[in-house]
Amino acid sequence: MATRPSAAASTSMLDTWLATHERKELLRFLTCGNVDDGKSTLIGRLLIETDSVPQDVLAAVQRDSKAQGTQGEKTDLAFLTDGLKAEREQGITIDVAYRTFATGKRRFILADTPGHEQYTRNMATGASTAELAIILIDARSGVTIQTRRHAFITSLLGIRQVIVAVNKMDLVGFDESRFRAVCDEFRAFAAKLPERPEHMVPLSALDGDNVTTISSRMPWYRGKSVLELLETVPVDAALNHVNFRFPVQLAVRPTSDFRGLAGTIASGCIRRGDHVLALPSGRATRVARIVTMTGDVDEAIAPQAVTLALVDEIDCSRGDMLCAPHDRPTVSDHFEATIVWMDEDPLMPGKEYWLKHGPVETPVVVSRLVHRVDIDTLTPRPTPSLELNAIGRVELRTAKPLAFDPYGRNRGTGAFILIDRLTNATAGAGLIASSDIGHWLDTAQGELRPSLSTVTHGEREARFGQRPATILLTGLSGAGKSATARALERLIFDLGRVCVVLDGEGVRAGLSRDLGFSAADRSENLRRAMEVARTLNDAGIIAICAFVAPQDDVRRRCRELIGDQRFITVHLAAPLDACRKSDPSGVYREASAGRLRDIPGIDVIYEPPVDPDLSLPSHELDPAVCAERVLSLLRKREIVA
Amino acid sequence: MLQNGHRPLHHLDLLEAEAMHIIRETVASFERPVMLYSVGKDSTVMLHLARKAFFPGRLPFPVLHIDTGWKFREMYAYRDRYVRDELGIELLVHRNADGVKAGVGPITHGSRVHTDLMKTVALRQALDLHRFDAAFGGARRDEEKSRAKERVFSMRDTKHRWDPKSQRPELWNIYNTRIRPGESVRVFPLSNWTELDVWLYVRRESLPVVPLYFAKERPVVERGGTLIMRDDDRLPLHAGETTTQKKVRFRTLGCYPLTGAVESDAETLDEVILELIASRFSERQGRVIDHDASGSMEEKKREGYF
Ligand SMILES: Nc1nc2c(ncn2[C@@H]2O[C@H](COP(=O)(O)OP(=O)(O)O)[C@@H](O)[C@H]2O)c(=O)[nH]1
Repeated sequence: MATRPSAAASTSMLDTWLATHERKELLRFLTCGNVDDGKSTLIGRLLIETDSVPQDVLAAVQRDSKAQGTQGEKTDLAFLTDGLKAEREQGITIDVAYRTFATGKRRFILADTPGHEQYTRNMATGASTAELAIILIDARSGVTIQTRRHAFITSLLGIRQVIVAVNKMDLVGFDESRFRAVCDEFRAFAAKLPERPEHMVPLSALDGDNVTTISSRMPWYRGKSVLELLETVPVDAALNHVNFRFPVQLAVRPTSDFRGLAGTIASGCIRRGDHVLALPSGRATRVARIVTMTGDVDEAIAPQAVTLALVDEIDCSRGDMLCAPHDRPTVSDHFEATIVWMDEDPLMPGKEYWLKHGPVETPVVVSRLVHRVDIDTLTPRPTPSLELNAIGRVELRTAKPLAFDPYGRNRGTGAFILIDRLTNATAGAGLIASSDIGHWLDTAQGELRPSLSTVTHGEREARFGQRPATILLTGLSGAGKSATARALERLIFDLGRVCVVLDGEGVRAGLSRDLGFSAADRSENLRRAMEVARTLNDAGIIAICAFVAPQDDVRRRCRELIGDQRFITVHLAAPLDACRKSDPSGVYREASAGRLRDIPGIDVIYEPPVDPDLSLPSHELDPAVCAERVLSLLRKREIVA
Repeated sequence: MLQNGHRPLHHLDLLEAEAMHIIRETVASFERPVMLYSVGKDSTVMLHLARKAFFPGRLPFPVLHIDTGWKFREMYAYRDRYVRDELGIELLVHRNADGVKAGVGPITHGSRVHTDLMKTVALRQALDLHRFDAAFGGARRDEEKSRAKERVFSMRDTKHRWDPKSQRPELWNIYNTRIRPGESVRVFPLSNWTELDVWLYVRRESLPVVPLYFAKERPVVERGGTLIMRDDDRLPLHAGETTTQKKVRFRTLGCYPLTGAVESDAETLDEVILELIASRFSERQGRVIDHDASGSMEEKKREGYF
């Protein structure tokens, strides 16, 4: 062995090393692909090329690989990641396995999940803690049903960045046009999901092309390798840094004069002296100290685990939540959620489960099963129950009110699990869809009976020469909703027909003067507009409604309120980039300057309608053209002649 | 830079926060938690994280050492000096009394029987005796291939058995802690840590560790390619074997006749970390019990070995 360097010399060597390596960022990511798309091979290659496989492990893999492998003399890299014996003998991975590796820049935790379509639950599990997903596609087969599932589930679980790895490029002769075709196919499907950055990489995992270094066999590819992407995409994209939420895990009371609240900051940040509100009590106080074993600190951010001492001795314990006084989560016992079902016993409406949300555990009843999502087409379907690996929408009523935010806005406070009361199995994963159900389902007080009109629908149709309808123009801010609404109004008016335009700003200026832009307020704003639209429709008049209406469930309630026959959804599908560029009302500029929050597409999800009556690329079309298209739909539906 | 003007947290901070969250969640949800303490570096880090989680309060659970009677002498000395005297923590020590009476040891009975009776059975006895319903362990997913799929909260039936088919999915940081009477869980707060993370954390937090981790001239016997330290004269020499002084250290600590030493010059923590960075060997290779057959760790887990 070489002569020992002096202790001082090694300490300074280590200091140099630590300066670059100790303070690495951590990126959690997920890999998904069909069986045999080459996922294990890709992971094996990432591990080997980042020097993360100890020599003895590699030797064991080479031994196993010779005995049972599929690659002849080449080492079957899949053996590096296949863990449990029974699974290995069956030649499949049947669960989520976590691997760690590091490069000079970052430390990674990767969740490896299998590609079988029945294992939606494992993918949801792996995705729940990931910030990025690698979706593998075999270049020969292109986008399959499973690819769609992977795209949908990762999107649903809040993964905001994706690497689409088109693998086995060696088997299609490294052909650029084949790669482009697969990318186009993927983008066409992904357009139905909320927007997120998608990096497309052509790959040969087996030979290592574009895995850690750029391949000379695909000179036409100008992007980064998979590893370079992993090292450079933003970390923490899945975390909410704005809204302070602190679910109290337990009270720490070592002596009679100290009481601290211990917990993990779910989102946002907190400083000593900040005003806070305890929920559900609503009691206000301030943070006196942020206590850690190495001394008090001035501030702390998500997801640190800290102990807060408050100025006033307020009643607050496990299950309560601290938040900023001006920025509260919703507190409700009745809300809507998307459920990924994970149990052999199907989810049944009316059945009672345990719900665990942060530290809160409470009985919960599924008050309504709204629909199941057909994952392959993304369309809702009626269903009596949710089977294992199904995804659906439910309404829930909890025994205790919860303090929560919609999952799309806050992963830390929008997620929960359902537990079977008999078997204690983790039966479902829940993503809170919106703020509470608000007034949509309220029944009016007392026996209200509107007076009956003597004028019939037929008489009105004859008078106005039209059948009444409500047209909802939905889209991002800047997508051209108001302009299209006014152009359509002009067309209808010029035909001699009768219509009224309701738009977001107009309604907010009057009827909804008291409302802001939170999800709950947006929902209520739309509910009021729909009540007006229904009244107009009852009077025989066409209502043209121009609202962002970012949430799918709220749009569904609109449809229910107006009636399926009369309701028309038109999606003005200008993508975010285009809206941002034109930015007619300046909201995006304001948002990026930090002066505006709750902007759909920016810090709130805009859920594109999956099944609109009409979808128009409004960034490429003039509002007048959009209006023409809507009008021809109205003609087709015999609303106007 | 994050939206709120902060830098993202670094990996040790994130791993620390995650472990504290898990430890607190266990204490809030179970009636009788216990922390298994093996005297090694992982246990030491885990214990430190637990102290942080409840600071300024005291540790709300006891610490349990399953003693096979064959640990290195320096381990016992460190345990009593650091955990019991310096930290003043309630330390329970359990030995399988039947095993002791029958004279079970690694030399007379072989590693399998010894490990089974003095570790696996002893652990079950201790958990049953005190009716512990949650036991923290310092295992990490990077230690061994089959551990990659282990949950943070790992369910054990009334016989302490682990069934890889009935483990619960774990989403976000929400843990299902509901169990039936007689069932228990093993909780692994260090699941996502690597050996390097542990050492970097030991350094960052200035934690004392057993000196056996640092290289020193020690009396060793070479046996089947493994260097075994002769910690006392219960280790008989086979024909032709001699004890030689070699500069060695240990990457993991266990029963001394079953724990291989590695030749090394790393006398200080910093040198150990540097050596680890430079080396490409996984630490478990020093453990004789894992060599039996590929997949043997899993079999042990099913039987209730930690
Ligand atoms: N030709 C070629 N074969 C590959 C490539 N990547 C993986 N394979 C092979 O495809 C098969 C399935 O790969 P594996 O990684 O086990 O797939 P998994 O089921 O997705 O984990 C194996 O035989 C691999 O060697 C590639 O880029 N090119």
